[in-house]
Amino acid sequence: MQETPSTAIAAGTQASRRRRRSRGRFLQAATPYLLIAPVVIVIAVILGYPLYWLGKLSTERYGLFELIQHAGTSIGLDNYRSVLHDEIFWRTLLRTVIFTAVIVGLTMTIGMALALLLVRVSRPVRLLLSSGLILVWSMPVVVAVQVWYWMTNFQNGVVNHVLTQLHVGDYFQHDWYATTFSQLGMVSLLIIWGALPFVAITLYAGLAQVPADLVEAAEVDGARPWRVFVDITLPIIKPILLILTSLSIIWDFGVFTQPYLLIQQSKIHAGNYLMSIYLFEEGYFKSDFGRGAAISVLMLAIVAILSIVYVRRMVRIGNEA
Amino acid sequence: MSRRSRSRARQTGWDIVGVIVFIVMVFPVFWMISTAFKPDDEIVSLTPTWVSLHPTLAHFRDAINRPYFWQDVRNSLIVVLATVVISIILAFLAAVALARYRFRARTLFIVLVIGIQMLPQAGLIIPLYVVLARFHQVNALTGLVVTYMTFVLPFCVWMLRGFLLGIPKDLEEAAMVDGSTRLGVFVKILLPLMGPGLVATSVFAFITTWNEYIFARVLLNDQSKQTVTVWLSYFLGTSRHTDWGALMAASTLTAIPVVIFFLIVQRRIAFGLTAGAVRG
Repeated sequence: MQETPSTAIAAGTQASRRRRRSRGRFLQAATPYLLIAPVVIVIAVILGYPLYWLGKLSTERYGLFELIQHAGTSIGLDNYRSVLHDEIFWRTLLRTVIFTAVIVGLTMTIGMALALLLVRVSRPVRLLLSSGLILVWSMPVVVAVQVWYWMTNFQNGVVNHVLTQLHVGDYFQHDWYATTFSQLGMVSLLIIWGALPFVAITLYAGLAQVPADLVEAAEVDGARPWRVFVDITLPIIKPILLILTSLSIIWDFGVFTQPYLLIQQSKIHAGNYLMSIYLFEEGYFKSDFGRGAAISVLMLAIVAILSIVYVRRMVRIGNEA
Repeated sequence: MSRRSRSRARQTGWDIVGVIVFIVMVFPVFWMISTAFKPDDEIVSLTPTWVSLHPTLAHFRDAINRPYFWQDVRNSLIVVLATVVISIILAFLAAVALARYRFRARTLFIVLVIGIQMLPQAGLIIPLYVVLARFHQVNALTGLVVTYMTFVLPFCVWMLRGFLLGIPKDLEEAAMVDGSTRLGVFVKILLPLMGPGLVATSVFAFITTWNEYIFARVLLNDQSKQTVTVWLSYFLGTSRHTDWGALMAASTLTAIPVVIFFLIVQRRIAFGLTAGAVRG
């Protein structure tokens, strides 16, 4: 059978069209992977590689000498053993847990109160208060620390003056950084002050989702404000509360800048360590990188457990869209 | 008392509480600015002056003439710009994948993006320091840029994804039907619509990077190589006599760019949880 040129051409184009279509489908399937490839590769290199090193370092003796030599000596799990037998580690962990619990508790409670206040005040006051909160929100942490330190310095801190004037007590030349308790107290106040705007404004946005007619109906039925809050408001904003709380726990557990700069290096000692500071002092400052790596691994493991709730929720949000 | 006047009294009560809370919250910021403009005798006085009647710019002059101020501002700008530009470009591509495609590794990728942002920075000091030392990148701005990208990159991916979801898919599909290529759709439709989102994300990335302290403190030892936050943190360490006026002027100067940028973009995301990533 003799093939006419036209059918041959037709068959050819059909085949190429089929090929093109399958190539199109392949491209279609590969596109998302091509799009995420740069980010994944960069993260693998700049984070994956250091994390591999973290694991390796934690099983080595690695100090300044080894840093210069670029080679550590493997010592198995000795670093972990040393850290887990260190009383300071356990005390620091306990202190950090209590510190985190207190700060998160206070931040969420005051933040909720502020959000409810934002609902209650009149429009001009709401504008004033929310602009103030946004201004505080935007303060860089290092700046906030310096201002806090100036406000509470024992010679002529304005906080001492105001408290004395208000007859709260005699705080003339009172040293706020004399005891561990008051040092950590000052750090807590600074952290709460910095965290409140984010929490309050986010919760305020959440409160907007609470249907007004539902609240009104409850009030008409004679429900007290507290009951309205517990039975109507709270269940609706629970998801936001949960996310904010888990975020705050993760952040406050690993906080470094505020305690490190406010307590000042000279006054930092084993008795007022928080987890990040302990890690910084034992690992970096003393150039005991191997042991520091072991502490880091333990700390990362703790934070990973704390993050489960948050990450799961975010994955659900990410997959919804 | 009639019902109406009672509810008005209650409203006034709430408003007074609101104003008091405003004063307490904003006071530290006010005190920083107020101190920065005060003459020295009013600063060291035991009875504080709330607002100086003789404002002076001497402290600002003093602060910017301190050694390394301009050098360190320049360093901060270089690091911030490099980090933000590279991160935004790479993150935008990944954000398109998350917002527009379903693929098998999607959940895994989301876990990666969210999980990394949760890592405590202190936990990464040691490996980053040791690895960068191996490549002679300690005391180098490139090392810091690389370090910052570890957390700016995932943050940008997540935030840009949020903005992309706000753009209806129909627009792109209509353009595809009309015969546009994928690239054409991207350039002609997606990019212009994403303008505000790209700006907002860049600004937030700018703020996080500008404010960063711990990595800059650990990775840059040379005074001429430091960033402005580290410069500010060492401000007190040099002399026994504390120059509060200059310190507050320096603090004000460090905060100004951040505050301005933040006020511009916060409206876009104040009510989205993503904004939380900016908290120090």
